[in-house]
Parts: sequence; structure tokens; C-alpha cells
Amino acid sequence: MSFTSTSPNVLLRAWNNKETRSVIIQILAIALIMACFAYIIRNAVINLETIGKDINFNFLWQPASYDINQYLIEYNSRSSHFTAFIVGLINTLLIAVAGIVLATIAGFLLGVMRLSNNWLTQKIAYVYIEFVRNVPVLLWILLVHGLIIHSLPRPKDSYQLADTFFLNNRGLHSPTPDFQPWFWGVVGLLTASIVFAWWFKRYANRVQQQTGNTYPVFWINCAVIVIIPSLAYWLLGSPIEWKIPSLQGFNFKGGMVVRPEFIALWLALSMYTAAFIGEIVRAGIMAVNHGQTEAAYALGLNSTRTLNLVVIPQALRVIVPPLTSQYLNLTKNSSLAIAIGYMDIVATIGGISLNQTGREMECMLIVLLTYLTFSLLISSVMNWYNNHIKLVDR
Amino acid sequence: MSNKLYVPGTHPDLPPPSNTVGVINWLKTNLFSSPTNTFVTLVCLLFLTQLLPPMFNWLFIDAAYGGNSRQECVAQGSGACWAFISERLNLFVYGFYPIEERWRINLAFCLLLVTLAAVLWDRIPARKYFLAYACIFPFIATWLLIGGLGLTEVPTSDFGGLMLTLVIGVTGISFSLPLGVLLALGRQSELPIIRVFCISFIEFMRGVPLITLLFVASNMLSYFLPPGTNFDLLLRVLIMVTLFASAYMAEVIRGGLQAIPKGQIEAADSLGLKYWSTMRLIILPQALKISIPGIVNTFIGLYKDTTLVIIIGLMDPLGIGRASLADPAWLGLSIEVYIFVAIFFFLCCFSMSRYSLYLEDKLVTEHKH
Amino acid sequence: MKLVNNVIAGMAVSALAATVAQASTLEDVKAAGELKCVVSTGLAGFATPNADGKWEGFDVEFCRAVAAAVLGDGEKVKFIPATTKNRFTVLNSGEGDILFRNTTETMSRDTDLKLTFLPVNYYDGQGFMVPTALGVTSAKDLDGASICIQTGTTTELNLADFFRKNGISYEPVPIETNEEAFANYSGGRCDVYTTDASGLAATRIKFDNPSDHVILSEIISKEPLGGAVRHGDDQWADIGKWVVNALINAEELGINQSNVQDLAAASGDNPSVNRLLGTEGEFGAMIGLDSQWATRAIAQGGNYGEIFERNIGSDSPLNIARGLNALWTNGGILYAAPAR
Repeated sequence: MSFTSTSPNVLLRAWNNKETRSVIIQILAIALIMACFAYIIRNAVINLETIGKDINFNFLWQPASYDINQYLIEYNSRSSHFTAFIVGLINTLLIAVAGIVLATIAGFLLGVMRLSNNWLTQKIAYVYIEFVRNVPVLLWILLVHGLIIHSLPRPKDSYQLADTFFLNNRGLHSPTPDFQPWFWGVVGLLTASIVFAWWFKRYANRVQQQTGNTYPVFWINCAVIVIIPSLAYWLLGSPIEWKIPSLQGFNFKGGMVVRPEFIALWLALSMYTAAFIGEIVRAGIMAVNHGQTEAAYALGLNSTRTLNLVVIPQALRVIVPPLTSQYLNLTKNSSLAIAIGYMDIVATIGGISLNQTGREMECMLIVLLTYLTFSLLISSVMNWYNNHIKLVDR
Repeated sequence: MSNKLYVPGTHPDLPPPSNTVGVINWLKTNLFSSPTNTFVTLVCLLFLTQLLPPMFNWLFIDAAYGGNSRQECVAQGSGACWAFISERLNLFVYGFYPIEERWRINLAFCLLLVTLAAVLWDRIPARKYFLAYACIFPFIATWLLIGGLGLTEVPTSDFGGLMLTLVIGVTGISFSLPLGVLLALGRQSELPIIRVFCISFIEFMRGVPLITLLFVASNMLSYFLPPGTNFDLLLRVLIMVTLFASAYMAEVIRGGLQAIPKGQIEAADSLGLKYWSTMRLIILPQALKISIPGIVNTFIGLYKDTTLVIIIGLMDPLGIGRASLADPAWLGLSIEVYIFVAIFFFLCCFSMSRYSLYLEDKLVTEHKH
Repeated sequence: MKLVNNVIAGMAVSALAATVAQASTLEDVKAAGELKCVVSTGLAGFATPNADGKWEGFDVEFCRAVAAAVLGDGEKVKFIPATTKNRFTVLNSGEGDILFRNTTETMSRDTDLKLTFLPVNYYDGQGFMVPTALGVTSAKDLDGASICIQTGTTTELNLADFFRKNGISYEPVPIETNEEAFANYSGGRCDVYTTDASGLAATRIKFDNPSDHVILSEIISKEPLGGAVRHGDDQWADIGKWVVNALINAEELGINQSNVQDLAAASGDNPSVNRLLGTEGEFGAMIGLDSQWATRAIAQGGNYGEIFERNIGSDSPLNIARGLNALWTNGGILYAAPAR
């Protein structure tokens, strides 16, 4: 073996020294990585030069010249590509947030159903979860979109609810509120009652800690938050006027519309993610030792309190990390919007803008960086939350 | 009732109490144990009766199984039009692969089954030889599918249908595992540069949607290659899918690695094992065993993600279906196509997850021994 | 570092079994023995695979004519179907050699997208198709309509301009391919389908009863459709340009598929014919080909008129009238530069 110090080869000896070896390996690695990058960049520069292109973001300020059907900020075909990007970004965020909310609710419901002692609900949840999560999400998106387009009626024969809500294959048309000045008074009252509810909860906690007496906090707070503003709303003479959609020409006008592309993407993404969340929730609840529940009962807590104070806080600790990655997945899966023409960031800046300007590098760079930012943001927020519940509970 | 006398210990078992057996009792405990439970059961039953019979009718009873156009389907019944699927079944399975060469796909598929049997089932006789065969299978399959060396060459642009799904899925699965192991080890490495590189690679791949990566592969990769170089779109897609899955795999395996007590490494060190021997003989076998459920889940995810290739114009079953729908004779049958493809994916993925459960059970019992 | 670069370059090239291109596309095509032609993913009459998987159509015939001129065999074409979105990237990245994909020539595409356009082979304009039952007669009646558009085309820009100019509103429904647009339009997701008039005609015949749908007479844009090649290879651009011109000139000079071989056999009385068919002058050598280039291109699918009638004109289900696409001598604007 060259292990002996008599080895004449200096290099070999250096190699056998652990520190030297790690330095050598790292220098080699960094050289290799740098060389790869240099090589790739060199190629890109040469290739772009050959066809006479450059990398330049000025196109972002040129008019986009195309229309987008769903925009939550001011946009028309004269707006810039940058505005189009923002519109796409907002649409992506909208679908992500709406999807996360629905998926969480449905997922928790499924998780609870899976653990229910009712055989039928348990089996329904099981079949649903297995079937949904073993089929690609793209397929669900296309399937729901296809169902909406082909099985909902055309605008003339819309399903309607009380002449205010209309459902057809152009989407769900609903009235939009037109706020009168007095309405802001109601908003103020609502805020005040929420503040009161928050204070009352803290107060009740304090009383409970000092005296052991409990108030029905939940019901009182519900009453405060619901009844006071509704009463005010009624007394102030209903200070909202609704713009009701009506069929004019080809489509409904007035009011607002939730387009089939949004509905399809939203339902498909949430029902798909809900199946995964259901399993996560089930695993989380099962991870809480049964002894914990029994101990809580032995201490005299009722079942609601046991759930709220003992089971859920411990289950959440197991649930949150995988839940985070499901939220991230949902956000990333929303990029499949392009398959049905929902105008998210991939379809605006990464699709039409890219194609009309021919600036592939710049547009894809923007899209990739945006998604990376989302990912890092969501995971850091979730990490913070994760640490937070850990600290409180221990 | 007889008053027969028994020697102690010989009395036959009595039947269980009558209030714990029988259909009625089962129903009572599982469905109607409390008023709430009864209510929930009734709601569920209502839901099922509303949903299932129409679905069943549409799928089977009113469906049309033969015919040459949509009109003929409609004439047979108001349900699904499976005639479309059966007419195009070959296209769905083989894509645009030349008809006279399709035996090669069949052969490759049979060989794949043999390989799978060898890899998945550990009681197969002479497993060692089968495993050796499994290692050379990818080369045989590539040769069979692409051709050359005596077989007619088939351009990869003719690949399509279920066969394309299997090609992408199997390649991605078999290459992402070793790559994932390397990345996971790199992420745990003591060498900071390698660690940073692996972390950035993993986080980048996990942070962006696969579809944007496929866009890059299909549209922009040629900018980063030497001028004038051009290589196959399918190959580019395979590389991207593999890299993407390997990042997820690395995270799963990292979990397994972290669960191995540090004492194991120290013990290996004290025995004088070098890094790679330690990893190969001590750490990885344990870590991989723990991570099996996660690994299979990643495989399932990868397999489902193969559908995304339609967005860059490859013809997987979904792509074939959508292209066929443009045929005026079969207009508006998208639901049937989607259901057909969904069933195919369900069968593949569900069996994968069942296999992972079986493995988990087996490993648990092995630990108990 | 240079050494490392070279080593990696060598590895990459050999590992990927890459074909390293020379500077000239012509050399590449000859070396590969096939012309990689970017076409549509499927537009009846322009480019579609038939039941045997063989590509057919107006654009396809131009690909074959170029292949015949360059390689001597119109069958040596590899068709690369591209969507409206990736067609230019496919061409620019070198995956395709030439593009015939009912593509509108515009200034920005010519300059900013780094393409070189070949002569216009089809003068088109953007139109609208609506169900007859709606009773729409003018595009200006389309206020509030949902309109299916193919994204990544000039049509979505024209549409935005048209509606803005006329101060009326619409809901754009962006769709990736013609097939899906068709599915969405027939499924009732949109009231109107807009694309080039030729594309509308091709789509309309797909309905069981084409008369249920009407193509509005208004044309809202100029869409000169032509082939394109990458910027920077003038010789290759010249070849494409003169093959198209040759087919148009052939119609004007009365050369067709059946008489081209006879006319090319020997020098005739018409010097223009002689120059085109290579019995006089060295015109083939000027673009790097032999003297029979045009003869082969015309023999492949006939002259412009024959290609038109067979694929999209009166001999086809599309039955599009020549209109603007008639020769300048017949009241159209087809006017090709002479081979001289």
C-alpha cells in the first residue's frame, strides 16, 4: 500500500491526507463547474451572435398589443409587456390562493372522513383519494374543462339562480356590488366587532386561567360578528347596490364573471391537492398517541376541548411540513393553466409575449425567477410557522 | 341445550354473543351508531344514489362500443362513445411507430415485464442472473426501439401513445434513483463547495414547475449547446425529466440518510472503512430501505408528470387523443379520451402504490425478526 | 481553461451524437440528405398528414419543391410539425432548415425575430367565422362576443387593434392549436373563430354541415403568407426565394408538371423558359445548385397554379378562389421577379 511514509510519490501522499484531498477535490469540482458554466455561456453568446440577437429587457416597456381576458388591474392592448406580466402574476397568485384555500378545506374534510367511524364515509373518502391522486393533474384539468365546455348550456339557456346568478359554458356570472357611502360605516362596525371578539377571547382566557370559569366564547363572538353588522346594514337601508348581469347580445353584461378556465383550473387543482392533504391530515391525527386523548378525558376535558387543545396542536406539528410542499406543488401545478388557456404568468409573459417578441431567454428567465421566488417565500413562511408552533408547544 | 359434561379444557367454543354478529349488527355499529352517524350515512347514500347510477349508465349501459363515426355512436345510445377509443386503440398504444415494426415494441414490453419481475420479486429463481439482465435491459430496449445494427431506424418523432409514456417513465425512474442518491450524498457532504452546488441544484429544480423546464428543453437548450449542435427532442425531454425527478429523489433519500444514527458512521470509521465503502455497505442500504415509500411516491409523481410532454408537442396518449379529436367524424368526444387515459394512469400508479405498501409491510416484519 | 473547454466540447459532441453544422445550411442539408421543413401541426389543405401518415398540402408542396431542387428528390423531406408558438424557435435553433407554415411576413419578424422571408406564396387576410344562426353580417356587430384566437399569431394582435379602433369590446379566448380552437368553437365556448381566411375555409369544411357557419366578408388585416429561413445565410435564402419564384414564373410561362421535362430537354424559342429550365445561362450555379434545379422543382408538384388548385383551390374540398392569388396577368397580385 502506498500508505507508508516511504512512498516516493509526493502527490500520492498528499492524496492520502484527508484535508489535502478534500481541498483538491473541491478545487477540481469548482473548476469543473466553472468550466461548464463558462462553456454554456460561451455557446449562448456565440449562438446569439450568429443569429444577431442580444439579451435586452427593453421590450418590457413596449406595448403588449394583445388582449387578456382576465385582468384584476387596469390592462388593455396598449399596456406594456411588463403590465401583462403583472396581470399574469396576479392571475397566478389568484389561482394559487383560491386553490390553497379550497384544497385545505376539502383536504381536512377528507382526512376526517377517512378516520370517521362511519364505514360509508370512510370508504367514500378512500375511493376518492386513491382515484384522484393516481391520475395526473393535467388530466383532471382537461377533464373538468371539457365537462364545463361540453355539458353546461350556452348563454341563452343558462342555469340561473333567482335571476342574479347565471351559469353557462362561458362561466359563472354573478352580480357585483356597488358600494354606497354608508356602506363604509358597516365595514367600520364589522372591524369594531372583530376587535371586540378578539379582546373578549383574551378576556375569557384570562378569566378561565384565574377562576376556571368558562364562557361560550365561540357562540358569543359569532353572534357579535354576524348580528351587529347585519343589523347596521339593514338599518342603514342596505347601502350596496348590486349590478346584476343580463344577457345582451352574445354574452352577459354587467356583474362579474368567473371564467370556465378559472373554474376548471381551480376545481381540478384543489380536488387533486385535497386528496394528498387528506392523507397528510389522516397521518397527522393518527400520529397523536391515543394516550393523549385518554389523558385529556381523564383530566375532564370535553371532546371539543380535547380536540382543540390536545390533538390538533400536536397533529399540526406533523401536518405542517408536508402541507407546505403540497401548497408549493399546487402553485407550481397552476402553470398547467396554459393547457386550457387561463392567462397566468406562463401564458402571458412566458407565452404570448415570448412569442410576439421572440425574446425567449429574457421571458423564460423572468418566469423561472418568479416561480423560484414563490417557492422560497412559501417555504420560508412555512418554516417560520413551523418553528413558531414548535416553540409555543414545548 | 344439552347438559353434557365436558372434561375441563375440552368445551367447544361458544358462538359470539348474538348482539355482535350479523349484518344488522354490523350496520348498527358501522353506519347507525348515533343520530349524527345515521344522518351522515343517509346523506352519503343519497349522494351515491344520485351519482352512481347515471355514471354507470353513461359509462356502460348507454355506451356505444362499435361504429365508425360519432353519428353512429349517438344512434346506439346516449352514453359514452367507446367506439372512438377502440378504433384508435393502436394509435393510443403505439403512436406513429411504423406498423410493420410494432413487434419491436411488443418484444421490448415483454422484456420489460421480465425485468420488472426480477427487480420487484425477490423469490424468483436464479435472481442474480435476472438482475444482471436487468442492468443490460435499457440498452436492449433502446436498440429495439430506435433501431440500427440490423433493425430499421425509427425516428423518435414517431414515438407516441402509451409506449412513449412508458419510455419516459421507465427511463426517468431508472436514472433518477442513482442520480438522486449522489445528490443526497452531495448535500450531506463535508466538502462545502459540493454541498452548496448540490443544494442549489436541488432547490432550483424543486422550485420551478416541470413545464417551464420542458419549455427550456424544447425551445432554448440549443442556445447553450455548441453552435450547430442539435440533438433529439425526446432525449432532451428525458434528460430534463430525469434531472427534475432526481432532485425530488435526493430530498427523499436525504430524509432516509438523516434517520441513520451517527453511531453507524462512527462504527464504520472505526473499522477503517473509507467513505464510499461506508456509504455502500453500511449507510445506503439502511437509508434506502427507510425511504422506500417516499421513493415510490416520487416514481408515481414522475410517471404522472409524463403527461406534461403534450405541452411541448410530444404525442403521449393525451396528445394522441387531443389530435384525434380534431377528426370531424369524432368531434366533441374529449371526455371519453380523458377517461380512457385516466384509467390507464390509475392502473399503473395504483399498482405502484400497492407495491410500495407491500414492501413496507415486508420490511417491517423483517425488522421484527 | 481553454483545454478544459475543448475537452468538454469534444465529450459533449461525441456523447450526444450530434451533427455539427458547417456555416452553410445548403451543405448541411446535402450532408444530411434530407430537408427539415417546419410545417403546421395540421391545417387542412396546407399541411396535414393523411391516413398513411404522408404529409400533404399547399405548404408541404413548397417543402417538396425545395427538396427536389436541392436534393433531387421531393420525398427527402423531414416534416417538423410546429405550433404557432414554437415555430420560430424551432427554425432559429436549427431544428428546421426552412419554414413553410402559413406564416405572415411582418417587419418585426423579419428583423427582430431574425428571420429572412421568402417571397409571398399566399396573400391572405384575417377573417371571422360565426354560426349562421347568429345572423351576424358584419364584424362590427360582434360587440361583447367571445372570440377564439390562436395564440402566438399576428391574428391576436390584429384583433386587439381592430376592436380597439372600432371601440367595441370582446372576450379573447386564447387557444394553442387549430384543432383545439375548432373543438372550443364547435363546443360553444366562443361565438366567433378568427384566423386567416384560408384557415377559416379549411376549418369550415370540417363541419358536417359547413353551411351552418358563415365566414364574414370583412377582412381586417393584410396577411402575406410566405416561407422563411434563418437570418444570415443569404445563399440558402436565395435558394428558397428562387424556388418559390420559379413555381410562380412557371405558371406565367405556361410550364406545368406534364410539359416541364419536354421543355427542359432542349432549348426552345422562349428565352425566359430556357433560362428558368437551365437550357440557357448558368442560373443554377448562381445559387449553388445545378442547372436542372427549377425543372425538378416544377416536376415535383407542378407550377404554382397546379399546386394551388390541387390543395386548396377548385380541385380540393376547400374550394378557395384564386382572388388575390391569381397571376398579375389575370387580375391578381402574384408577380414574381424574373429569372434573368
